[in-house]
Amino acid sequence: MKYDLNISCQTSALSELRAFLQGALAGFSLSDMEKHQVTLAVEEVCANLIIHSHGCNPQDHIQLRIKETGQKLIFEITDQGMAFNILEYEVPDLKKVMVEKRKGGLGIILVKKIMDEIEFESKNGINTCRLIKKFRS
Amino acid sequence: MLNLHKSKESHFDILSLSGEVDASNSVILDHAIKELVEEGAKVILVDGQNLEYISSAGLGVFMSYLEDFQDQGIRLVIFGLSPRVYEVFKILGLDQLIPIVEDKSTAIASENEV
Repeated sequence: MKYDLNISCQTSALSELRAFLQGALAGFSLSDMEKHQVTLAVEEVCANLIIHSHGCNPQDHIQLRIKETGQKLIFEITDQGMAFNILEYEVPDLKKVMVEKRKGGLGIILVKKIMDEIEFESKNGINTCRLIKKFRS
Repeated sequence: MLNLHKSKESHFDILSLSGEVDASNSVILDHAIKELVEEGAKVILVDGQNLEYISSAGLGVFMSYLEDFQDQGIRLVIFGLSPRVYEVFKILGLDQLIPIVEDKSTAIASENEV
């Protein structure tokens, strides 16, 4: 089974994204806690793209595809904005976030802690970020 | 959708959050806390009983006040979080930086001891 969503690059689309994920994740064998966290991780990546790569331009779009392969659930997020390689982003220290009052960076920490694997590639102007969650059963 | 409600109980300012905090509305939370500080709040109890969801945008708002609150002697306590939302605070380690307690009476009791 495949699930696809196309959202406009504005932060008001995030609630639409969560509603879509809630529906799509219903059929998978993840606990409610895991579904909540996976939803958060996907939203964090999309929010980053919307705000930082696309400057909240509603004309731009992000595609999300959810695929299940064997023991893994794959969230493939593609966009054509400025490439943001989540793998190269150095996760800030929490104390540093507090002292510098920077509001960014926390989302990436969450994504890296929640997901089991993260892949990123940028080819022909298309950026693909894959967030992978393994089924625990 | 996020709804905020401010109330007072003796010398405590209670900020009740209801719904979801994300990058589209975290600024509302920021304004509410800023207002409480301007109004002279000394102990802010955040009621998270009806908070269904919070992303890093909302967590970042709390984080951004912690140092100032330390300097100004303002206390922030969060209570009533659902297990799912509490887990998000824990993943980031925010439970080590912000007192998070089970319910309002525990929050009030802990602050009265200070």
